[in-house]
Amino acid sequence: MVLANAVTQPEGVRLLLEVENLTKIFGSARNEVVAVDNISFGIYPGEVMSLLGESGSGKSTTARMILRLSKPTKGRIIFKGQDISTLKDIDYWRQVQMIFQDPFSSFNSFYSVHSFLGKAFRLTNNHLSESERTARMEQSMESVGLNAAELLFKRPHELSGGQRQRLMIARALLIGPDLLVADEPTSMIDASSRVGILNMLMDLSRKHKMSILFITHDIGLAYYTSDRLLIMNEGKIVEEGTAEAVVDAPAQPYTKRLLADVPTLRKAWDEEQELA
Amino acid sequence: MGEVLILVLRSRRFMIGAVLFLTVLAFGVIGPRIVHRDPFQMVGGLFDSPSEKAMLGTDNLGRDVFTQLMYGTGTSLLIGFVAGVVATCIGVTVGAVAGFKGGFVDELLMGITNILITIPSIVVLILLSIAIRSRSAMVMGVIIGITSWPWTARAVRAQTSSLKTREHVDLARISGYTAVELIIKEILPYMFSYIFMAFILQFSGGITNEATLSMLGLGPFQTVSLGVMLHWALLWEAVRTGAWWAFLPPVVFLTITSFSLMLINAGLDEVFNPRLRKS
Repeated sequence: MVLANAVTQPEGVRLLLEVENLTKIFGSARNEVVAVDNISFGIYPGEVMSLLGESGSGKSTTARMILRLSKPTKGRIIFKGQDISTLKDIDYWRQVQMIFQDPFSSFNSFYSVHSFLGKAFRLTNNHLSESERTARMEQSMESVGLNAAELLFKRPHELSGGQRQRLMIARALLIGPDLLVADEPTSMIDASSRVGILNMLMDLSRKHKMSILFITHDIGLAYYTSDRLLIMNEGKIVEEGTAEAVVDAPAQPYTKRLLADVPTLRKAWDEEQELA
Repeated sequence: MGEVLILVLRSRRFMIGAVLFLTVLAFGVIGPRIVHRDPFQMVGGLFDSPSEKAMLGTDNLGRDVFTQLMYGTGTSLLIGFVAGVVATCIGVTVGAVAGFKGGFVDELLMGITNILITIPSIVVLILLSIAIRSRSAMVMGVIIGITSWPWTARAVRAQTSSLKTREHVDLARISGYTAVELIIKEILPYMFSYIFMAFILQFSGGITNEATLSMLGLGPFQTVSLGVMLHWALLWEAVRTGAWWAFLPPVVFLTITSFSLMLINAGLDEVFNPRLRKS
């Protein structure tokens, strides 16, 4: 599949991740549900891209297949030129990581922040001493704006949603992946923390040249964060292009509807005026 | 943890159950170490009624029923405990593997579990007891344990199937955890309360199963248990001859032990299931 905005990338730059004819079907032959229907796309190194669509459109299923948490029914995923089915799990997860949607269920309530972050060292730097690990954890926590001295030995229930989501980012930083899949990372946290976390992710992407695949249903957030948008509906990619191109001149009725559904303060004020 | 402990201590059912059970436990475990009597020593005649010499009378061979009751309680508790541990370990392992793996492994393990559920466990128990020559208290516990795990396996499998879809499990998976580590570190801790309660039920079931087998004459050899006491009482027609002291004390102790474990379970259920708590 030819990417709509391939021209935005410098010539000669190879795709970091390529998704080719990916399909996921759940259920039996009689009662099958096609969650992802023959989609193809690619992500360049350092690119921030959004996979956008309503609930049930197949975004999270796509993300899970990219993370090897779910097997595709058909199609393949190529990472740095290699089919991911030929890579070892550990080697792949060292380079591709994920931030989950729910900051509450992403943490095992039996373990402290220290244990949570410590899991990251299974993928990388397993040879470090305990004090070196703790120092790195503190450093990554500070870099996402968390007070390590105060929080490192706290339990998840003592943290806010925003703090938990920042910890997820701190964990990703400890691993240092080339691609971070962020599945609605701000959908379950309050608005005041939302922009801070998005800005932080974008800063980290620029600083570490890390690609980010945002999974979101919020076209405003996608436009704010992404170089490129992929619009998904009923398992298919219905539109793709640069964020500006898609938002300024949507080609598909579904994209137009998504844009029309974005709430604005202005609109509310206008309606009040009409009522008055 | 502290909050759970406070709730446990506030539960009237749990406290009554715990006091009753600890009393039975002290009687059956500490008692024999203090008294130092041989439960097989003859101290009187056939079915002597309770007297100063034998507090609860004597059995069919003139042996002290009180001493037998003390040793028998200890043996029954040991068999129940071993049965509980074995049944819980097998049930949790089978259920967790089936629920976590899914697919063919799940179907195979649950198929075996369902077949075992449909066969009356008492039949399997009887056949196993007959087949095995050595029947010590430990062996009895193991036999009872390996026939009692299916219900635990089914419940654990259902919970594992649900828990494995949680995001913290996925996060541990993409951190490189193996399947065994995921089950032990990410899934089982969330089932601890259920597993503990299942163990208590299996413990209680183990004691009553031992009594059933022993009454049929398939109890442990060369030792006395509550079931073995009942077997002797039935065999020597203690009921018909009116020697109530030969069968009533083990029946009362069996009832108290099972009742206390049920109360402990109901109390823990209140603690772990907030909807059951009284305001």
